[in-house]
Amino acid sequence: MDSIRTFFSEYGALLAEKTWEHLYISFAALALGVIVAVPLGILLVRLPKIAGLVMGIAGIVQTFPSLAILAFFIPLLGIGKVPAIVALFLYSMLPILRNTYIGVKNVDPTLLEASRGMGMTTFQRTTRVELPLAVPVIMAGIRMSAVYLIGWATLASFIGGGGLGDFIFDGLNLFRPDLIIGGAVPVTLLAILLDLLLGKLEKAATPIGIRLERGEA
Amino acid sequence: MLVFDNVSKVYPGGKRAVDHLQLEIEEGEFVCLIGPSGCGKTTTMKMINRLVRPSEGKILLNGENLLDKNVVELRRSIGYVIQQIGLFPHMTIRDNIALVPRLKGISAEERNRRAEELLELVNMPKEFLDRYPHELSGGQQQRIGVLRALASDPPLILMDEPFGALDPITRDSLQAEFKNLQQSLGKTIIFVTHDMDEALKLADKIVIMRAGKIVQVGSPDEILRNPADEFVEDFIGKERLAQARQQLQTVGQIMNPNPVSVGMGETLSQAVKLMRKRRVDSLLVTDGAGVFRGWVTVETIERHKNWDAAVADIMETDVPTVRADTLLRDATRNILVRGLKYVPVVDDRKHLAGILTRTSLVDVLYDSVWGDTEDESSGMADGEGA
Repeated sequence: MDSIRTFFSEYGALLAEKTWEHLYISFAALALGVIVAVPLGILLVRLPKIAGLVMGIAGIVQTFPSLAILAFFIPLLGIGKVPAIVALFLYSMLPILRNTYIGVKNVDPTLLEASRGMGMTTFQRTTRVELPLAVPVIMAGIRMSAVYLIGWATLASFIGGGGLGDFIFDGLNLFRPDLIIGGAVPVTLLAILLDLLLGKLEKAATPIGIRLERGEA
Repeated sequence: MLVFDNVSKVYPGGKRAVDHLQLEIEEGEFVCLIGPSGCGKTTTMKMINRLVRPSEGKILLNGENLLDKNVVELRRSIGYVIQQIGLFPHMTIRDNIALVPRLKGISAEERNRRAEELLELVNMPKEFLDRYPHELSGGQQQRIGVLRALASDPPLILMDEPFGALDPITRDSLQAEFKNLQQSLGKTIIFVTHDMDEALKLADKIVIMRAGKIVQVGSPDEILRNPADEFVEDFIGKERLAQARQQLQTVGQIMNPNPVSVGMGETLSQAVKLMRKRRVDSLLVTDGAGVFRGWVTVETIERHKNWDAAVADIMETDVPTVRADTLLRDATRNILVRGLKYVPVVDDRKHLAGILTRTSLVDVLYDSVWGDTEDESSGMADGEGA
């Protein structure tokens, strides 16, 4: 107990700062991921010919070792938060892209026919029918992506992006288990917390009619 | 109102789903497109709201080529009901019904009023407005599906097997309900179905299709009375045809066209001679122009005993007659209720055309009850015809 108290009195301020950095990097990457991947996913449903190709590429990107990607951006963007965010953004894309694509693609085709037959424009069909119905699946993708990102963001430390990774790598370099634990535990807690929060958000964003249909009201 | 002018739909690969279709639909008509699956009926319907684009020919709506219109506007001005109902599960019943008015930018207040008004049409309470589709039964959902198509009061409504997925009892009541609704609202309906009973029940005009072409167009009665060919007969079904034959045959088709008749000026002795010769107990009386005037029976002649009197003097003139173009079902009731043995048949100018006897009615009845299998019907005809 004592050691924990000492740790906090010594590193408390720094921990708060690194946690903030960590969240900042993760959320920036996630926000970019959502902004790019959701529209891209919808677009791919409309372009079935290239959908397979794009999904394939996104899948391959996902298999690159994360450290390699981070390192790859150093010559392009230098070091610091920007390359870290860009690299993590690439990672965050796939779960969101895939879930958006599947979610929108799996909307009951009879509903699409009804909306076309009733005179909805493509835009109206997307925003009033496809997206609301795909929201649960898209949100699940975002949630998955967010949890991964919290973990991957520790690597940002390698290219000078900061975050809780700083604690962990300092601990490794200096052989200081307290620093390793002091960085790893908050990362885990953040991931769990975020998963819970986004789970709630996922439920709230699901249209009531759909929730009732599934008996979750 | 709607004209198909030489319209074809050719799909990539060369399949002609619709082949040089020529069809005219009047305002207020209830038209059923019917045929086996793959006959092009749904394609034909979907070309009207441009879910399918015709490859050749043109479709005119009130004289305007459909392809010249804005497709979104066009669809909003045509009601559309599909078999899978297609209510949006994330919208309340209110929002589902008022969707097209909403797309058209009508105020929420007006939309709400409209939704309530429509719900009353199908006798559903207002509470339903705030429910979600899955809380409703299949029949209720399709009622809402129909109301949704009516929401912006379109003059034309397309329906793609709307009652096909419902259980028979619900289907029956919805059909009746909808037919009433259509008649009171005066909508033009294009209704795709493969169920002949449904078409016969609902349609003013039935369009029978096969392999992209129209085989026959006509009212249910016309089609039952004169199926164009074997395909139509098969499609209608033997049982239904036999029933219909009884229902829709005219008196002229089964009457005896050579009744024993006598001129008004003939004497009673001549009349009796004729009766003896033809072995009948009464004679139909006509004047010089062949117009039916009455009848004489052997009993009345016996009472008179004045063999030189003219038939015209003693004939009964207050005699029921039936016209040759009357439907048999109407004539039958008359004959059976009044207990007549026979009725003289006249044409539209009162000329004697034939005679309808109970025997010939019984023949028809046998046919429809036991079917007209070869041996039975021929045996029957022989026995009764003598």
